[in-house]
Formats: sequence, C-alpha cells, structure tokens
Amino acid sequence: MSLDSEAVKRIAWLARLSIDDDRVADYARDLSGILDFVEQMNAVDTGSAMPLAHPLDQSQRLRPDEVVESDQRERFQQQAPAVEAGLYLVPKVIE
Amino acid sequence: MEWETVIGLEVHAQLATRSKIFSGAATAYGAEPNTQACAIDLGLPGVLPVLNREAVRMAVKFGLAIGATIAPVSVFARKNYFYPDLPKGYQISQYDLPVVATGQMTITVDGAVKTIGITRAHLEEDAGKSLHEDFHGSTGIDLNRAGTPLLEIVSEPDLRSAKEAVAYMKKLHALVRYLEICDGNMQEGSFRCDANVSVRRKGDSRFGTRAEIKNLNSFRFVERAINFEVERQIELIEGGGAVVQETRLYDSVKDETRSMRSKEEANDYRYFPDPDLLPLEIGAALIGEVRATLPELPDAKQQRFRSDYALSDYDAEVLTATRELADFYEAVVRSAGCDAKLCANWVMGDLSAALNEANLEITASRVDADRLAGLLQRIADDTISGKLAKQVFETMWQEGATADAIIEREGLRQITDSSAIEAIIDRIMADNPGQLAQYRAGKDKLFGFFVGQAMKATQGKANPQQLNELLKRKLDA
Repeated sequence: MSLDSEAVKRIAWLARLSIDDDRVADYARDLSGILDFVEQMNAVDTGSAMPLAHPLDQSQRLRPDEVVESDQRERFQQQAPAVEAGLYLVPKVIE
Repeated sequence: MEWETVIGLEVHAQLATRSKIFSGAATAYGAEPNTQACAIDLGLPGVLPVLNREAVRMAVKFGLAIGATIAPVSVFARKNYFYPDLPKGYQISQYDLPVVATGQMTITVDGAVKTIGITRAHLEEDAGKSLHEDFHGSTGIDLNRAGTPLLEIVSEPDLRSAKEAVAYMKKLHALVRYLEICDGNMQEGSFRCDANVSVRRKGDSRFGTRAEIKNLNSFRFVERAINFEVERQIELIEGGGAVVQETRLYDSVKDETRSMRSKEEANDYRYFPDPDLLPLEIGAALIGEVRATLPELPDAKQQRFRSDYALSDYDAEVLTATRELADFYEAVVRSAGCDAKLCANWVMGDLSAALNEANLEITASRVDADRLAGLLQRIADDTISGKLAKQVFETMWQEGATADAIIEREGLRQITDSSAIEAIIDRIMADNPGQLAQYRAGKDKLFGFFVGQAMKATQGKANPQQLNELLKRKLDA
C-alpha cells in the first residue's frame, strides 16, 4: 500500500504537524514502507485469535469513587502562558 | 411528494459519580473555574488515567435496565481531535467494543406503542467548557467539566418524527433518574443530545444524507430543531439541491439550525485503543451485584399503579414520571387508607399546582404525604366538602398545622345534620317568596339561586348532596 503526497499532507494536518514541502516525498516513501510491512503481517491468518487491545494480559483495575484531588489551580496556572479570572486563555476559537 | 423523517439520537448522560471517570477530582457543578481540574484532567505529562468503579457500575445498571448485552470485555479508545477544551488532544471514549450493546425501549406516542432500538451505550469523558466572551481577543477555558463521566446512549435510526424523538428522550430521562445514575439536570448540561436527522421519499429503502444537530439541552429545543431541520432538508431537495453531511447548531433565539463545520469522517478521529487503559472486564459477579440494586422501573411501576390503584393510563403515567412523585403518591395512599383515585386527583391537582407555583420539587413539598393524607381522610368521611378542602389545603400550605386542627379552628366542619339544613332552607323560602313563586311556576333555573343562598347561609359548609336533596324535596313540595 502506498501513500501519495496528498495523504501525507492530510495526515500531518490532522495531527497538527508542520512539515516541509520538500520532505513530503520522503515521508510518503517511508510511511508506505511501514504500511507494506504491516501488509505482510496481514497475510497471517488470525481468524481464531482475539484482537489484542493491550500487550499486558491483565484487565483494567478500578478505583473507588472518591474525591482525592485538591485544588491546585494556582500551581498549574503558573505554567500557563495566559490566564484570567481563573480561566486558561487560548487564541480565539470561532465556530 | 410525501417525505419520511428518519431520526437517531445520541444522548449524553453525565453519570452522578462524586469523582471523575479517570481521576479523583470532584465533579460538583458550579465550582470556581479550574479548581476541580487536576493534573490528569489537564493532560499533564506523566499522568495515568484510572477507571472509576462507580461509573462502570452505572453503565452496567443502565444496560440491565434496557435489557441490553453487557460486554464481558470492552475497550477504551482514543478519539483524536484538537480543540482547546480537550487538553490531551484526544478524548478517551469507547469505539468498537462498548460496554453496553443492543438494548431497547418502548415509547408511546398518540396512543401507539413503538419499540426503539438502542444500538449501544459507551463510557467516555466529557470535555471542558469554552467561554467565548471577549477576553481581549482570547477564549477562556474552564476544565472543571473535563473528565466528568458520560454515558453516550446511541439509538437506532428508528424515530420517525420530532414528537417520537422527544418521547424517547423523555423516557430515557425518566429512566436514568429512576436508576439514580444521572441527575437529569438539563439546564446544567447533565443530560443533552445530538440528533441525526435525514429525510427520504416515502417508500425509499435507503436513508437520505443526514445532518447532525449538536448539543440540544431541552425537550422543546429537540422538537423545534428537528422540525426546522426537516423543513430545511425537504425544501433543499425539492429545490433541486442536496443535503450535505455536516454538523449543525440550533439557535434557539432565531429558531433555526446553521452549519458548524463539515463533519469529519469517522476515521478522521483515528480511533485506536488507549494504551494507558487495559481492557475492561465485567464478570457475572459484578452484573449480579448491580442487578440486585435495580429499582422498580417506570414501565413496571406504571403497570402496577394501573392494577393496584385502578388508575387510568394517564394518571399512572403522570404519577410515575419520577420516582420521587411515585413514592410520594404511594405514601399518601398508605397513610390515608382511602380512595386511591381521590389521592391521585389531589397529588396531580392541587398539590402539583402549589408545587409549580412555589417552584418546588415534590421532595421539598410544604405539605408532606401524612398531612395531605389527613386532609383526604376528612373528605372521604364527609367531614368537609371538596370545596372547603381546597381552602384547608391552602392554609396547610402556608402553615404546618394538620387538616384536623385547621378544620376545628376555623369551624369548617361540614353540616350533615338534616334538621339543621332543613331549618335553613325553611328560612330562605320564607325570606324569598317571589323567587319561590317563580320557581314553582316552572322557572327551574332558580334552583341554583336557592342553593347559593343556602351555601351563603352556611358559609359553604352544608353537605352539597344533602342540601340538593333536601332543597329539591322542599321546593317541589
């Protein structure tokens, strides 16, 4: 399976990655190589195997429904570039 | 051209847990911005989500209540998209292995019963809130809601009108409240829905292209938004155009839907299993444990109210609308030990009206079940008439006294002594010879005049049936 330049650009946009135009062809070739490798594995008959959701053969642990976190807004917001009235500020979102 | 509407709903119910689905931060509504957003909710590096047991139990409880299959193994997946109220860049949700699969619910619209399929219900985390007021050209983000557990309940495209959609949503709303898994507060966004709406020519077997209307948070908006959208799509197609698959927003002020953004194809979200979470296994033990906590469900309760209390379909439906109202009604019947229909009339009538006026929930009623029962007993045993009972009820609503104390204090006891009533009638007849002559000459309408005079003379306390009988006998003598 091979990816063309358009597909690479689209994937990069979806992942919000900035890529140089002159590298797109390289990415397309490398990514296609990875997909070819996956394609090889697809040839194996796995009809009788359960799909693997996680490599560890364990199930999810559950925690009791208790509030154990305290308010640390002030500390967290020291890391933020802009805050006001307790809110994190981000570039304007227009819908 | 005849058109058919096809609707599927995705309802988001916030689960009533104390802490978030993957963190120990509080979920209480209305806190100061970002004071309930911990490192996990903020998606800071190095944190790990740990699943809340109660959220799982609530999902199972819902699944059992709609007769669904509970998945023995379900998987959490990342739904990837970028939006500032989603700090991790992905929402933890469930994709191809949801916790609840294929259940159903019946709705009744215009007397017709219809079964609506529920495709699935899955657990996921809520996002934060974007505040679009102007912060010097920026948007403010409050992440208190980020990580609040949601149960997304997805229906089959089985609904054929806005009315059916509302009936389904109301039924679901009542159910999650009965189950005590969601507070159902729509104003606070605890229960909201997205509607997938399409139209097709009647008889077509293929669905038309659908538009998704986002974030409808009232029953009225669901109905109005769907009706608008159906009209829009029909006009579009009849005018030679085509519906585009997109997300639309309902503007309740203008009463219209408008385009938000082209709906990204499902695979644009690039779902994949979240490596931070192991598969969720739900065994028979947990299911049995949860099943034991299931309350009597609305349909069963309605059925029982009809048979045990001989109530009409309508009465049974109204009285079982919420568990609290049903409990109150049954407490009244138990305590009064009298006519269940009389109890129903009062709970649905005067009591509900007083609650509405005072904007109170049934659990905060100023007249409790025992006091109301005390009043109804006095109606049942003819101590007071229904009319005076309304007056007593109003007094009870204002003060804490029992019906008996008020009846005694205000001398409202009904006059049932025939000789006393007869004496009053005799006097009225003597005082109004003109009217008496006219009545006897055939002017039947004057009967009402004599009733009115007698009621006035007794301050409304004469037993009405008795008064009527005695009056008739004496006037016609």
